[in-house]
Amino acid sequence: MSVTTAPAWRPARQEPGWLVRLFEYKPFLVFACLLPAVGLLMVFLTYPLGLGIFLAFTDTTIGRRGIWVGLENFQYLLEDPLWWNAVFYSVFYTAVATVGKFALGLWLALLLNNHMPFKSLLRAIILLPWIVPTVLSAIAFWWIYDPQFSIISFLLVDVLGWRTTNIDFLGSAWPARFSLIAANIWRGIPFVAISLLAGLQTISPSLYEAALLDGSSAWQRFRYITFPMLLPILAIVMTFSIIFTFTDFQLVYAITRGGPVNSTHLLATLAFQRGIPGGQLGEGAAIAVSMIPFLVFATLFSYFGLARRKWQQGEGND
Amino acid sequence: MTDAATLPQPVAASNAATAQPETMAWDSKARRMVTLYLPLACFVIILLFPFYWMTITAFKPNAELFDYKTHNPFWISSPTLDHIYHLLFNTAYPRWLITTMTVAICSTFISLIASTLAAYAIQRLRFKGSQYVGLAIYLAYLVPPSIQFIPLATMVYQLGLFDSPMALILTYPTFLIPFCTWLLIGYFKSIPYELEECALIDGATRLQILRQITLPLAVPGLISAGIFSFTLSWNEFIYALAFIQSSESKTVPVAILTELVSGDVYQWGALMAGSLLGSLPVAIFYSFFVDYYVSSLTGAVKE
Repeated sequence: MSVTTAPAWRPARQEPGWLVRLFEYKPFLVFACLLPAVGLLMVFLTYPLGLGIFLAFTDTTIGRRGIWVGLENFQYLLEDPLWWNAVFYSVFYTAVATVGKFALGLWLALLLNNHMPFKSLLRAIILLPWIVPTVLSAIAFWWIYDPQFSIISFLLVDVLGWRTTNIDFLGSAWPARFSLIAANIWRGIPFVAISLLAGLQTISPSLYEAALLDGSSAWQRFRYITFPMLLPILAIVMTFSIIFTFTDFQLVYAITRGGPVNSTHLLATLAFQRGIPGGQLGEGAAIAVSMIPFLVFATLFSYFGLARRKWQQGEGND
Repeated sequence: MTDAATLPQPVAASNAATAQPETMAWDSKARRMVTLYLPLACFVIILLFPFYWMTITAFKPNAELFDYKTHNPFWISSPTLDHIYHLLFNTAYPRWLITTMTVAICSTFISLIASTLAAYAIQRLRFKGSQYVGLAIYLAYLVPPSIQFIPLATMVYQLGLFDSPMALILTYPTFLIPFCTWLLIGYFKSIPYELEECALIDGATRLQILRQITLPLAVPGLISAGIFSFTLSWNEFIYALAFIQSSESKTVPVAILTELVSGDVYQWGALMAGSLLGSLPVAIFYSFFVDYYVSSLTGAVKE
């Protein structure tokens, strides 16, 4: 074919069809590629976010369109001791669980950063609590926290003899609060440890060699090399951890459902209880919206963590 | 707090070990035992104990389950399959498993397709403002499902999807797409751009390049995104709890908590058997691809 049309040089291929040309047109291609993702996110993420904020200002219930009531829902919440209780426990839960997760997770990451046999197998095993559905491991914790047949009580009372009575883990407010925090820390350690381990492995050994030659102590090497080099990843992982601990729902719903006497309600479980089984969609949405300021704060924290990383890369060894 | 206080010691050992692999005088075997293997063993035991307990409860007969005096609770003297039999034949458990599987697979596919295209557009087509679209998708990941479920429930109801698995298939991508896109952007970045330029010079169209050059090279990235999506949608709880009412279309985590927990006496054997069976598919799936999983998790955090 191309031989016969040889005199004037032409590309040997056929003129593409209109569809192909349309997809070669870059703005259209970009639009077509972004459409599924952005469309789905707009419809099922951005719109509900706006709708949720709108619902918080109405008195919608299940089966009845609400009318605009302004700030009434929020005024009601401010006078509601249960809401204050949920705010307190959400903050407390997040703070204690985050400190616990990061202290233990960092420790585990530093341990895993050593040379040892079966390292990759160990890493795989350690991630298990994070892989398994939270609700299912929460049910296992519920069983471990059983008032009568708790294995921890058995260990402490019958094996070690440290106590004479079984621990009532979930029967009263403070033990229940700490039991939930312990379960949350258990679930969070693997993620923190594996992410921080990745950060540790990027630190160049030559920095430690230089510090050793300068006669630094182990604590100084941790304080002035490991910690600052780890800070960028630490900031990101911590932001994620804070956001998802603060808005946690599954663990509390599975183990205590907010009890005993509403003492372990997080904002998310309170919003669910009022909104879905209680039917007060407007009020539930108001509780959910009241979480947003805390989340914005955590996101800003992440932003400044990232900004700090740029500054460090400018000065760092890369 | 005690952990923070004991932190410096293992730090010392590990830093020295990374800096100087050969054994130094003070880094004796005994010291390594105390600062490294002992704490590590404690971590592993504590992290795995709930699974051990779950497994052992699932196979214990009821007589042993509630009698710690005559039977050692840490072991089973006469294992039984009663609980699993009860679960598989007297409850709708197989049905719940199938629903969960369908929902997880469908939403994984939807989000993989959508996020591959989006990541390709953002990373390779480089249009004006592409980094802002990327940032917006990243921010979408930070919107937690706990503040979305009430408005989504009203939406799902108005769309007539209430109580149907379709509601879950359509809403799960909202938290899967941001994560997958983010992961794939990082992956596409690692593929040399020269390959695509060669193909462009050879006269390939953009879609041909995506299909025949970029995608085959991005298979490991696609696999890790797929595993993440599958496990995340298998684990999802709050949407499934809020949007599904009828017993037969519940997902496993919701069904165990709402259908198996009945009355005042909890059937711990059946509950634990249900949790074990519900965890197994994810655990098996994970064990096949564990290297992809770890590398993508750490890669995504480093991005």
